[in-house]
Amino acid sequence: MKRLVLLLVALALSACTPRPLTPRFIAEGMPEKLADWGVVGVRAGHLVLADGVQPYELNTPLFSDYAGKLRTVWMPKGQSATWKPDTAFDFPVGTVVTKTFYYPKAADGTVAPGDNLRLGDTGAGLDLSRVRLVETRVLVHRANGWAAFPYVWNDTQTGATLKRIGQAIPMTLTRPGRTDRFDHPVSSRFIYQVPNVNQCAGCHATDHVAKALLPIGLKSRHLDREVTLAGARFNQLDRLVMVGYLKGLPPADGRVRAPDWRDESVPLEPRARAWLDINCGHCHSPKGPADTSGLYLDAASPAGASLGLCKPPVAAGQGTGGFSRDIDPGKPDQSILMFRTGSTDPGAMMPELGRALAHDEALALLRRWIAAMPPGCP
Amino acid sequence: MGRGWNRALGALTIAGALALAGCGQGGGSAAKPNTTYQETLIQQLIDAKPGDVITIPAGVYAIDRGLSLDADGVTIRGAGMDKTVLSFKGQAAGAEGLLVNASNFTIEDLAIEDAKGDGLKVNEGENIIIRRVRAEWTGGPKTSNGAYGLYPVQVRNLLIEDSVAIGASDAGIYVGQSNNVVVRRNRAEFNVAGIEIENTQNADVYDNLATNNTGGILVFNMPNLKVSGFATRIFRNRVEGNNTGNFGRKGSAVASVPAGSGVVINSNDQVEIFDNDIGGNNTANVIISSYFSTGYMNREGVAPTFDPWPEAIFIHDNRFTPGGNKPDGLDLQALRVAKFGVTGSLPDVLWDGYVDVKKFKDGKVDPALAVCVDNGAAQTLNADAPHKHKSPALVGDAVRCRLTPLPAISVAAAGPIPAERKVPAPGKP
Repeated sequence: MKRLVLLLVALALSACTPRPLTPRFIAEGMPEKLADWGVVGVRAGHLVLADGVQPYELNTPLFSDYAGKLRTVWMPKGQSATWKPDTAFDFPVGTVVTKTFYYPKAADGTVAPGDNLRLGDTGAGLDLSRVRLVETRVLVHRANGWAAFPYVWNDTQTGATLKRIGQAIPMTLTRPGRTDRFDHPVSSRFIYQVPNVNQCAGCHATDHVAKALLPIGLKSRHLDREVTLAGARFNQLDRLVMVGYLKGLPPADGRVRAPDWRDESVPLEPRARAWLDINCGHCHSPKGPADTSGLYLDAASPAGASLGLCKPPVAAGQGTGGFSRDIDPGKPDQSILMFRTGSTDPGAMMPELGRALAHDEALALLRRWIAAMPPGCP
Repeated sequence: MGRGWNRALGALTIAGALALAGCGQGGGSAAKPNTTYQETLIQQLIDAKPGDVITIPAGVYAIDRGLSLDADGVTIRGAGMDKTVLSFKGQAAGAEGLLVNASNFTIEDLAIEDAKGDGLKVNEGENIIIRRVRAEWTGGPKTSNGAYGLYPVQVRNLLIEDSVAIGASDAGIYVGQSNNVVVRRNRAEFNVAGIEIENTQNADVYDNLATNNTGGILVFNMPNLKVSGFATRIFRNRVEGNNTGNFGRKGSAVASVPAGSGVVINSNDQVEIFDNDIGGNNTANVIISSYFSTGYMNREGVAPTFDPWPEAIFIHDNRFTPGGNKPDGLDLQALRVAKFGVTGSLPDVLWDGYVDVKKFKDGKVDPALAVCVDNGAAQTLNADAPHKHKSPALVGDAVRCRLTPLPAISVAAAGPIPAERKVPAPGKP
């Protein structure tokens, strides 16, 4: 009897002993499980990264309903990307990029904002007793270009399965510091939308004619940042060079760095521009899908009418909110930009995809930026 | 006496029928919608490859998120615009019902109802066919309705035919920044703008019905865009009774269009309007205007390269029936009364009078850039907007000139212009 119990325990243990994580480049097909890629996986109650997988973060990230994001990049042995000044790096075929969306758990089955968490806070992995994993998106560079695959985590948080048609996940977000008059925390119910693979192109096909998918965050200005990880402090670009993933990196004074949108030591304008660039610039650029509007919010576009200053809308429809200028200098409450970034109505909101909640902290920044502009449209 | 009553009752009956028609044709969505089909459809759209035909059987399908298609060479085909209905009434995400970024795309025989944003948007692509598609907001005209019904933008070689657009809070059929376009035999009702051609080059718009919109057919140029529009022909259309109060969201371009506008040109060039039936539009049957008149002009926010003057406009051989008797807005009402008396009407053509003096030749408008109205007895009023309406005047003889007719547009899928004119009938109440 005792032996049988031991045997069962041993069997159970062996069943639970996972294979070591080994990243793989899968050159074709649609891998059904996130585990097939071997880049990230659950081990001992944590989401961990395989050896050789480099986590990274951005100076200013895209807002996604307050989700935290764990980003990774991996390349086959001996391969490396080539540095580019403005665009996504030139990545070799075989590169696998992942982004895991998660929320810290909060009371009563709700979740808390994770967007303030940094690599230094989460360390080498995510403690699943404290966070809820939602989805992991894989972007892989194949011989015929980049391909995108969204994987949705199961309820037991043991694995994630390909969901090419996307998924709508009802959630409730409890935000610290927000209480009603009885001191009860205020929470927001929302539908988290996992994008379908065509919608991945809605953001990642930054050239709307070429239609090829490209990474958005993996650019010099977003990655040029000091981070602390496992007790060590380093610049992320230097680290990519050190691990052999990047070549051609010029010295720091030959690079342009996007500010952290939350960095109060930086003037309002560059902070607002950094937020607009990462949240809007992939569509609102001279080559992006939103070039139909004549409104360019990418980092490379100049200030002026094309940034929305005094600019009348073209085809905003009800997205005008009743206002007649994209940015009415000095008047944030009469600016279409404020209205659309603050709206959660699918027919009016911007960005069109990727959020169901408004990014209140960024709205406060945009408001200060516009309010500080000299008023008037001569 | 009795006869008077009869007439009054007759008028009431017609008014009642119109009010019912205002509710649109929501009948299609009355059946209990199928909520599970959307996943099948999304999967098909994702897996679509060139040459694929995605067939959607008859039925009403509830869709709660925006659909999108990226693959070239795909056809989406329903069983009829009143049989296959994609209902977005419960849409929680997505700025369009269906968003397409693809070439060689055909969509036909289905309806897109109650999208939260635009109904169908085709953004960038060549050889686009939209045929027998109905885009409708079923609750009648409302500011909260989506902006555009059928919305191709930045496309080349476009055919929109035999389609229906109802209830858009901006334009029912909106062709933006496109080239080589045929829009024919469509019905646009109860939209702010029935059909709008904007920053588009080489368009033929014919055999359409535009009625009960705020403005029937619009040909506009907007600033700050990469291309400006020119060369549009509007012919053989019926543009009648476009008197629905403007329900566009303030700040949008069409929010400046007065209710009761038949055909409206704004800042566009080389527009030829001929052989149409235009009437019963209470502000004016035809309006020729500049961006200066929209109220949106400012030096800072409008690119200096933008040309706001409507030039080379040729209006001839239309059949006008009375309009202009009840223009929208106090200014136009005052203008009507001042010029034509309490019971008088604005003439068929209302022109704001802006001309670009920089392009003058020998101190006068270059004849090649003129506004020409050679339409029998039709009168033109120059509202003298550049001088704050100080001296509005009928300018019949001064604008009686002719321009070289524009060539026909050739879109392969459309073939030649049919000899027989077939304009759709208004929707049934």
